[in-house]
Amino acid sequence: MRYMFLLYSDEDAFHDASETEQMKIVGEHMAFSEALRKAGAMIEGAPLEHTRLSKRLRGAKVEDGPFTDSKEQIGGYYMIEAKDLDAALDWAARCPSSSYGPIEIRPVWNIEG
Amino acid sequence: MNDARAIAEETARASYGRLIAYLSARSRDIAACEDALGEAFAAALTHWPQSGVPAFPEAWLLTAARRKIIDGARRAKTRRDAESDILILIDEVEAMTREDKFVDERLKLLFICAHPAIDPALRTPLMLQTVLGLDAARIASAFLISPVTMSQRLVRAKRKISSAGIPFETPALADLGDRAAAVLDAIYAAFSAGYDAGDSADAGGADLSREALFLARLAASLLPENAEAQGLVALILYIDARRAARRCNGAYVPLEQQSAALFDQSQIGEGDIALGRAAALRNPGRYQLEAAIQSAHLSGKLSGDDTSGAIISLYGRLLAIAPSIGAEIGRAAALIKAGRAQEALSALDAIDTARVETHQPYWAARGHALAAAGNREDAQRAFERAIGLSADAATRDYLNARLRDLG
Repeated sequence: MRYMFLLYSDEDAFHDASETEQMKIVGEHMAFSEALRKAGAMIEGAPLEHTRLSKRLRGAKVEDGPFTDSKEQIGGYYMIEAKDLDAALDWAARCPSSSYGPIEIRPVWNIEG
Repeated sequence: MNDARAIAEETARASYGRLIAYLSARSRDIAACEDALGEAFAAALTHWPQSGVPAFPEAWLLTAARRKIIDGARRAKTRRDAESDILILIDEVEAMTREDKFVDERLKLLFICAHPAIDPALRTPLMLQTVLGLDAARIASAFLISPVTMSQRLVRAKRKISSAGIPFETPALADLGDRAAAVLDAIYAAFSAGYDAGDSADAGGADLSREALFLARLAASLLPENAEAQGLVALILYIDARRAARRCNGAYVPLEQQSAALFDQSQIGEGDIALGRAAALRNPGRYQLEAAIQSAHLSGKLSGDDTSGAIISLYGRLLAIAPSIGAEIGRAAALIKAGRAQEALSALDAIDTARVETHQPYWAARGHALAAAGNREDAQRAFERAIGLSADAATRDYLNARLRDLG
């Protein structure tokens, strides 16, 4: 089964953090990705740019971001392979961003059936 | 008013398992008894603040629960045999209520939860729910399972107990050893889940490990001749005694740097008594050895003496009777401390890598062993892997600091 982790956090807090602090978080994510890879669970993952840079297409109209007042935005994602939800939760608990905000764990629809 | 509420809650905590055990030993339907008792507690919370706390709160609750069970049985008219069981139950409860005492049947409940027909992974959650009345959501979060899944599994397990007719009794002497071991394993698993979850601030983990200590004490008092049950109490108390010392402003503090002044002396004292009681029974086992290892760590810290030699040999004995990755890692850590990093490394190398692929403590221990042996680059790689596998920020920070030390 594939699972998508949507990592929520306060993106301003990350952007305002010192370089040392940012590098620490990046390093933790690199270590986590490497652990996923070694276990054969990694499909892909990446941080997302600030929502300031995002656009939204609604009908034929392009809008600028940000679109939400909420404190937590999706700041990155992972797509992993896990045998069941329990195994996916086990990986999510090891994801460093769990210290900064909630992680949404979405089972990915298996189109091949 | 708050007093009555507090008394109701206290009674709930202290007598939940006894009441469930008593009720379900007769009706065999744990789920129905839980529902009935839940309603009885709810009734107590409305009645007691108005009419005062009854003289015998447990008897009041049993009587109220009994009424709910009769109502339930009347509704399910088809279940005739269940009804006759319940009539026996009513007679007994009535007799008990008159005498204001009832037999403590929690031991049977513990054995039922650890019955071979119950999935080993579910034994601990089942115990926490039936003996302590914890809700599925809280149990689920300690075991990192979604609340709905946990609740479905618990419901299925209880249905199995009633429909498969798992006997509600203390096993015969011949089976007692194995079955008691399963009970103790489940209790220790509850403690570990709570202790680990206690690391993350809002997991309610600390509470769960307290509940496990309650269960361990209960099992030890119900099985006074079982040396391992006494050993488990000692083990839990020794580990728990270092709770305050293993964190400093949220940061992880390794055993060598923990301050002995923060150890809970009264818990250590109680642990010593339990371990002494276990030793007197002259039947060594896994939990007693693990308790002895913890005791050696504590006395090393308290006296300043080097106890690593004793710890290494205790781990050797433990591995001989109960091999586990945790014990291998513990022994390796003791070897490093004794200046035998090469030996630690070859012991860690001997472990099948497939079994430790995602096991964070293994990679951390490996990092320490490699660093002690002077292999900086491999040590870095091992620490990086451990960081990627950590489930808690304090451990991650600690490992990052070790990585920087190597830098």
